[in-house]
Amino acid sequence: MTAAGLIFSNIHDISIPEMTAERTMASIPFGGRYRLVDFTLSNMVNSGIDKVGIITHNNYRSLMDHIGNGKDWDLARRSGGIRILPPYVSSSDSPIGGKLYTNRLEAMLGAIDFINHCDEEVVVLSDCDDICNIDLNAVLDYHEAKGADVTFVTKKMNLEGGKAGQYAIINADAEGNVTEIVDSSPMTKGEFNVCTNIVVINTGFLVSTLHTSVSYGYKDFYTQALAAAMASSKFVAYDFDGYYAEIGSLPKYFAANMEILRADVRNELFNTKDRPVYTKVRNTAPTKYAEGAVVKNSVIADGCVIEGTVINSVLFRGVRVRKGTVVKNSVMMQDSCTGENVQLNCVITDKNVTIRDDVNLSGHETQPFYVAKGKMI
Amino acid sequence: MFKKKECVAMLLAGGQGSRLYALTQKVAKPAVPFGGKYRIIDFPLSNCTNSGIDTVGVLTQYQPMLLNEYIGNGLPWDLDRTYGGVKILPPYQGTHSADWYKGTANAIYQNMQFIDRYDAEYVLILSGDHIYKMDYAKMLKFHKANNADCTIAVLDVPIEEASRFGILSVDDEQKIFKFSEKPKNPDSTKASMGIYIFTKSKLAEYLNADAADPESSNDFGKNIIPNMLKAGERMYAYEFEGYWKDVGTISSLWEANMDLLGENPIFSLADEKWRIYTRHQVLPPQYVGCDGKIENSIISEGCEIYGTVKNSVLFPGVKVMPGAVVRDSVVMSGTVIGEGTELSYALIDTDVTIGAKCRVGGEVGNSEDITVLGEGTVIADGEKIDAGVMIPELRKDKK
Repeated sequence: MTAAGLIFSNIHDISIPEMTAERTMASIPFGGRYRLVDFTLSNMVNSGIDKVGIITHNNYRSLMDHIGNGKDWDLARRSGGIRILPPYVSSSDSPIGGKLYTNRLEAMLGAIDFINHCDEEVVVLSDCDDICNIDLNAVLDYHEAKGADVTFVTKKMNLEGGKAGQYAIINADAEGNVTEIVDSSPMTKGEFNVCTNIVVINTGFLVSTLHTSVSYGYKDFYTQALAAAMASSKFVAYDFDGYYAEIGSLPKYFAANMEILRADVRNELFNTKDRPVYTKVRNTAPTKYAEGAVVKNSVIADGCVIEGTVINSVLFRGVRVRKGTVVKNSVMMQDSCTGENVQLNCVITDKNVTIRDDVNLSGHETQPFYVAKGKMI
Repeated sequence: MFKKKECVAMLLAGGQGSRLYALTQKVAKPAVPFGGKYRIIDFPLSNCTNSGIDTVGVLTQYQPMLLNEYIGNGLPWDLDRTYGGVKILPPYQGTHSADWYKGTANAIYQNMQFIDRYDAEYVLILSGDHIYKMDYAKMLKFHKANNADCTIAVLDVPIEEASRFGILSVDDEQKIFKFSEKPKNPDSTKASMGIYIFTKSKLAEYLNADAADPESSNDFGKNIIPNMLKAGERMYAYEFEGYWKDVGTISSLWEANMDLLGENPIFSLADEKWRIYTRHQVLPPQYVGCDGKIENSIISEGCEIYGTVKNSVLFPGVKVMPGAVVRDSVVMSGTVIGEGTELSYALIDTDVTIGAKCRVGGEVGNSEDITVLGEGTVIADGEKIDAGVMIPELRKDKK
């Protein structure tokens, strides 16, 4: 079954306003050397998808910088490959009416040219707020076997309220047929089958659904556009039982970084045979450990220089930890550096942060201390 | 398709590197791994791209499979170009003859048409067995300023080591008046680094004459350079200051890796203004376990360290299991060091598996004591491998 990919890079920006002030959700750094979009892209590429569009909204400079021509994901192709779909303000008589998109439906209408040009049988939709290593071929096979129009990849999640409409809850019968699509509300608590926002949809069906939505003035893709078509179509749910982290807030982002210190999580995400996670190559030298360095239970990328102590932490490329410094339970992004005798505990330093000598910063695992990009403390 | 290029580089990468024994069993010397994530050939290639030389012919002969695959279209070094870029030049069958490359000069002679296609005025000759960072553009400028026919890069070496090199004697203006290959009693300390720039017309003239001479051994150092000097051509020495190391032997390869360690290393790879590019494997960041201990070492992506690593260089994807101790060693990609194993003073090639509770290698000292395990070697649990052992043993002088 042939498939194209369509990625929403900004949809969840609001979940982590701290980090998306200057970037898209897709380009949030994660796990030592990755950006969130790397997981989505790698999942697609590893399943043989070689035509991918990325829908952008605002602040997408860092994303374009990261993706480049797509060669690091093997998506620099003559035909297909990766396309960044920049937003454009449509004329005022168009359905969106002279403004940038505000929801998923409008985003896809803005990308209708890309979708119309897909000869592939299905389009795989995906957001950038989820970290998983999923075999999309298995999902595509399931989609084909079920003869479905739409397959929702769902994950059993324990919800604790949150904003109205933050999650789409998919209820299905024993055969996997979807019976109900509902928005979560602040009162939604407990275990639910939540839509991962990875959705396989027949290309023709997607195009007609988008056109219908315009006619009816729908605003929500799941609970209006798709729900309205449910009775006359075949919707199925695919339950994903692998490791899945949803980056819905700063504490969740922090927790997901800490989870990759677990061997089982690391192995599933990064060491699954034939399903590596690709990212932009940076050509930094290997990491250097000085005499007297102490490192325990940490994930460390290339290009670091470690003279101090690093415990239970994730260090990105080019981080420098100087003598006498103790970095504990923290995430330090690319090119951050500490002075001497610094103490960090439950801290997230964004890119290019400098912590001066003798500074002591501490957050809590439920509310990590975040230092914004380029700041000096 | 072919735009004029002022200078074309020709990289001699056909050498077997026989003195690296087990390490060059399956790969040519330029493809031997170095410095945690690089291969030797990354250095001349990165120097080329950093010097603005974008047309490089790589002359291969011995075991070229991995080298061909590694260089590919040249993308990692920014040498995938519409005009020029990196091109592999293997020996070929011609109309009149079909021959292997008989010597360094013959390899270039057989590929003069490559140089001619780009209408190059200058030809930079490089070899694939040295570790150094050098701006060839400066050397080319020097060559042009002197209106030279040939410029040879030289390095000041200690007088006691001079007899291992080709030694040049120069006048006040760096003009060469004497060249002696490995002299017993050297009268200068300027050693040839095997990096030459020739003015193309002169190079063609001497290569043609050399090819016509059946007595010649078709070598730059033995034939071309002495012949040009004898004829009184304008030959200059370009002085290079900085780190340069021939890594053609087990001990020099080990030493060069060790030169990367320390607070202020003799040779640093972390220079952002002169990056060394390499073809990357897709691997996650390294992980250091709760009982991991790392001191004065260089460690690459994908490594998992549960044991102790000291004064060592680890390549991507090396696993050091709990209780294992790695000291004063170079461990290449994908190797696994089993639980409780002690490894010291060794060069371990790619994809080696060392079982649990082994004892491999001796103490740092005599360079003959470096233990070498070739690609894919498997050492069973509890085995003891003595200092200086090589697996497979390829040294003819060793019993």
